[in-house]
Amino acid sequence: MTMVGDAISHAVLPGIAIAYWLSQSRASLWMFLGAAIVGVGATIVIEVLRKKLRVQSDASIGMTFTSLFALGVVLITYWSDSVDLDQECVLYGEIAYVPFNLWLVDGVSYGPIALWSSGALLLVVLLYIIVGYKGLKMTSFNEDYAAVLGIAAGLWNLSLMSMVSLATVVSFESVGAILVVALLVAPAATAYLFIQRLKPLLIASASLGLVGALGGYGLSKVLETSIAGSIATVLGALFLIALIIHSLSARKTNGYAVEA
Amino acid sequence: MDPIFLKVLIGTTLLASSAAVVGAFSYLKGQSLVGDAIAHALLPGVVLAFLLGDGRNPIFLIVGALVSGLIAHYGIGYIQSRTKLKSDTAVSLVLSTFFGFGIMLMSLIQRSGQGQQAGLERYLLGKAAAITMDDVYIFSALAVLLMVGVGLFYKGFQLMTFNEDFASAIGLPVTFIRFTFTVLTVLAITIGIQTVGVVLMAALLITPSAAARAWTKSLPTMLLLAAVFAASSAITGTYISSAIPKMPTGPWVVLVLAFFGFGSLIFAPEKGWLAKRRRAMANQKKTVRENVLKLMYQQEERSDLNVVLSDTDILDIRAMRPEKLRNALRDLKRRLLVVEHGSGYALTELGRSEGRRVVRLHRLWELYLTERLGMAADHIHPGAETMEHVITPEIEELLVKELGNPELDPHQSPIPYEEA
Repeated sequence: MTMVGDAISHAVLPGIAIAYWLSQSRASLWMFLGAAIVGVGATIVIEVLRKKLRVQSDASIGMTFTSLFALGVVLITYWSDSVDLDQECVLYGEIAYVPFNLWLVDGVSYGPIALWSSGALLLVVLLYIIVGYKGLKMTSFNEDYAAVLGIAAGLWNLSLMSMVSLATVVSFESVGAILVVALLVAPAATAYLFIQRLKPLLIASASLGLVGALGGYGLSKVLETSIAGSIATVLGALFLIALIIHSLSARKTNGYAVEA
Repeated sequence: MDPIFLKVLIGTTLLASSAAVVGAFSYLKGQSLVGDAIAHALLPGVVLAFLLGDGRNPIFLIVGALVSGLIAHYGIGYIQSRTKLKSDTAVSLVLSTFFGFGIMLMSLIQRSGQGQQAGLERYLLGKAAAITMDDVYIFSALAVLLMVGVGLFYKGFQLMTFNEDFASAIGLPVTFIRFTFTVLTVLAITIGIQTVGVVLMAALLITPSAAARAWTKSLPTMLLLAAVFAASSAITGTYISSAIPKMPTGPWVVLVLAFFGFGSLIFAPEKGWLAKRRRAMANQKKTVRENVLKLMYQQEERSDLNVVLSDTDILDIRAMRPEKLRNALRDLKRRLLVVEHGSGYALTELGRSEGRRVVRLHRLWELYLTERLGMAADHIHPGAETMEHVITPEIEELLVKELGNPELDPHQSPIPYEEA
């Protein structure tokens, strides 16, 4: 499922471009709406290609997001006079600029916009997980069983994907569409090497995400490098260390029985 | 013709068709997105090569990219085989962390202000318009290399794609073949990325194959078609981007490819969406027709008379959408299976025999389910409702033989045979 997240984070580009062009503002709400519509649309197209047309699942993801991204780039280029967005900003946003983009109401500053939107995102995600815990758990582990229990698996998948696009769009300006994937995937993957129970897994990934973010920020201060890139690097390094430990311990216990 | 346009045209065409051919094998293996990951994972290698050596030498950057891509490829393989992580988690993990590392290294260069990053920028966004004569030579060399590689290793690639265990069982050097394939793929991506950029590279690998697969099942035809789709998209895309000012080439090539891809998936005969839909509709209509004939036959069976039923009578016995019934009756009349009789319809001799056949299949299948599969008599009806429309005359014959020319079904209704 993780590649769908990556794909959506790219596919939303035309939605953002169109929203920007229509509203002529960089307000997150409009951009989010545009992105959400295209994101959900992309999810549906991917599902139709995979289930109805029997396209390989990798390929249905790949052809959908590349087409939409290409459309987005063409639209942005076409409207380049009125839409102040560029491909680079999408590929690797720069969190260092966030403090300059302030939320001003009648001349009074309430701090960086990204801080507010990320904070709101955190609340929404927490709320979503608390409310949807059971449905999400069932659909994530066993879609068929969930369906038997009368849980609308399709709806949960769709809502999960919408949350992924929400997280992506909010993170857009700060870390860019590709690096947000590192944030989405790396902590959970690292934790999953050792923990399989859902609740501890959630807590461990959130902590790892925090460690990665702080560590990456520290690294970028020392080396004076891109903050988002450094965070992804630290997250990658954490995974690498975990993988080495995992492989060594698997060998020691003569492992595959343990893993299986 | 404008020489710049011509260079771009030749370059993108060679590139797109080379990428399409390697992409086809990954497509068939169901690993298309590994190519996407490799495209992103090249970045740290390219930047390191730039930092360590002469940034303006394209060959140097290509070697860096190749090494980085190979590490990423084997890293994904390692994670997939040695941990419980899902394979797409492995792909996206490697993709994003390698790319992040690359971005971090790149910001080091930007800070130190070494300038001359043009060579690097190409690896991110792609710059088809900047294709030089040297690039055209490199692309041509690559295209030739790919064609020769695929030609020489065709059998090996084919077996590696469809049945790796079999390939190693007959003594093919699978590891070597896979390595060769990986090197070719990474090379194609390394070069392609400079034209269309990191994100859109996946399209060059995937979309031509998805389009070609909708038209054919044979591998050689598929490879050829994929290359043709890719080449024509490259030509059309280059042309469009040169005709409209400021337009980038890569995204247009990908958009044209998408047009071919989605077009094929919708319109291709047999495997296309429209064809499938048409078949499903035809099947549905046939089912409704057979249900109507069955119903009329059962009414005759009950009353021992030739019955005349109006559409409301039929709808009272079996609920269905009225317009579907009307269509079915019209079809049945045209096929001379029913005739209009006053305000209703009656079976013709042909229709009666057809209705009898459906009832017979239904009861034979119910008997088979209880007798041979040991199912309870009150659980068998829904299955038989489906199978009665599916069983062919050959299977019917086998059923009759298997059950020993049975007379009665599990509900003690007679099984109606055709009188000899």
